[in-house]
Amino acid sequence: MDARTPDAGETKGRNGANATVDRLIARPSPWLDASGAHPAIVLSTRIRLARNLRAVPFTHRAREDELKQVIGSVERAATRASSFGGGAFLSLHDLGNVERTVLVERHLVSHELSDASRPRGLYVAPDERIAIMVNEEDHIRLQSLVSGLMLGEAWSLADQADDELDGSLEYAYHDEWGYLTACPTNAGTGLRASVLIHLSALVLTKQIDKVLKGITQMGLAVRGFYGEGTDVMGNLFQISNQTTLGLSEKETLESLERVTRQILSAEERARETLLRDAKTQIEDKVYRAYGTLRYGRTMSSQEVVNLCSAVRLGVALSLPELPPLATLNELLVLTQPAHLQRRLGKVMDPAERNVRRAELVRTILVRGGDGTGEGHRG
Amino acid sequence: MTCQICNKNPATVHFTEIQDNRSSELHVCQACAQEKGLAPQGGMQKFSFSQLLAGMVDDMATGEEEKVGPVQCPRCGLHYTSFKETGRLGCPDCYATFQAKLRPLLRRIHGSTRHTGKHPATESESVARTRQVQRLQDELQRAIDREDFERAAELRDLIHQSDAAESRQGRPAADRP
Repeated sequence: MDARTPDAGETKGRNGANATVDRLIARPSPWLDASGAHPAIVLSTRIRLARNLRAVPFTHRAREDELKQVIGSVERAATRASSFGGGAFLSLHDLGNVERTVLVERHLVSHELSDASRPRGLYVAPDERIAIMVNEEDHIRLQSLVSGLMLGEAWSLADQADDELDGSLEYAYHDEWGYLTACPTNAGTGLRASVLIHLSALVLTKQIDKVLKGITQMGLAVRGFYGEGTDVMGNLFQISNQTTLGLSEKETLESLERVTRQILSAEERARETLLRDAKTQIEDKVYRAYGTLRYGRTMSSQEVVNLCSAVRLGVALSLPELPPLATLNELLVLTQPAHLQRRLGKVMDPAERNVRRAELVRTILVRGGDGTGEGHRG
Repeated sequence: MTCQICNKNPATVHFTEIQDNRSSELHVCQACAQEKGLAPQGGMQKFSFSQLLAGMVDDMATGEEEKVGPVQCPRCGLHYTSFKETGRLGCPDCYATFQAKLRPLLRRIHGSTRHTGKHPATESESVARTRQVQRLQDELQRAIDREDFERAAELRDLIHQSDAAESRQGRPAADRP
């Protein structure tokens, strides 16, 4: 696309950014390691804090040089902060399409940020548990991401990082309206707390619509696997708060925790019902899915996600001879199109990807790890 | 009456436009009037009064929101109509500019208009110093970008001085546990 010969600085930036992506992709995302509370049903917990610098217009109204200033300021502040110890800054501009999508697939950046037409960046700690999207809708989208239902821990990580950044940066803040954000739906705490939850039994027993309706009536939002505007796949739902003004962070987290635990109980009850009334049918569904993953020769990423959902249900029901949860979690991300292409080092059409994906799934399931042959913490 | 643009100074310049038997008013301070080219002593040609009031007339018709602010943010130039289209405000000052409109909107979205959560650290001495260093570093980068090396050297010295003061007085704020 870019016909210019890149100068030395640009080449250095690209090499550095690509090396960082290589380091990230060399191991599974830590938030997928199936640690934390209730990992069979709650895959992960995420906290996002929206912040803006007082002196600069919001991203969509700022000039390019102002956005570059924001990147510089945030990078310096993050480098100074112990929360991001040993972290790295990536300019989205320095990355190719595949690499940018890798970051989206790892839930490190949003689709909006991955559009590199304006100066945007990602500052990410080595363990990926804490990261900053720079110049997304807001200048700073600080996020923490941990495995399992761990709202308290995810909040502590984000809160501490936020305090550290606040020590260096002047946030846009108003006594009445709190942290000021580009969209008034985020003003106040700027907090979006969410859990990624697997509700397969509620879907199978056709109770999901009622549950989802209840969630929205509680003032919470439900989205798909990849966040806003994405479809639900593999019975994975993201549940998050909507309100950011008038509720403190503590109240917001408590409310999400309370509702999540209610949904968790409903899912567990539905699983017990399935096991009692339809054990053979459930076992058949689980092992057919596992058989397809284990021996299939071509499959789309959507199919992998759906098959993993069935196997995951089996693992949660303690059915024997199934892979560990962490392996199933890793499959969700490692088999996504950009991860697959980056791993194999070439751009492929969907048909070729489906064949290579099936190979990778087999390799991972046989080795019980991330397919690198380097073992797995299991 | 305070200025409808900055919401700070008293409004000393008053405009009234009568169109189709409807009167619209705008009350601003001298400084804002001059900045926006509204001052009576010239500069009127750039000013489209009806354009500025278009949204306000609409608002005034709604009764309760009579004290609606200007329809364009004095800092970033965002028009309220643009916000209505995109749902995004232009800068932190837009909140004050459009507050009369935003309050009911925020209440509709959140059920409240008052923040009760955490707030930035107050400017303790160490926080102020760290932010000052960051400001100097930001300015240094800008000076380097525009190849103003004389200014860059000055800024570098200032940063060194601040760092030295910091290490004399203990660890920087950002290193607090």
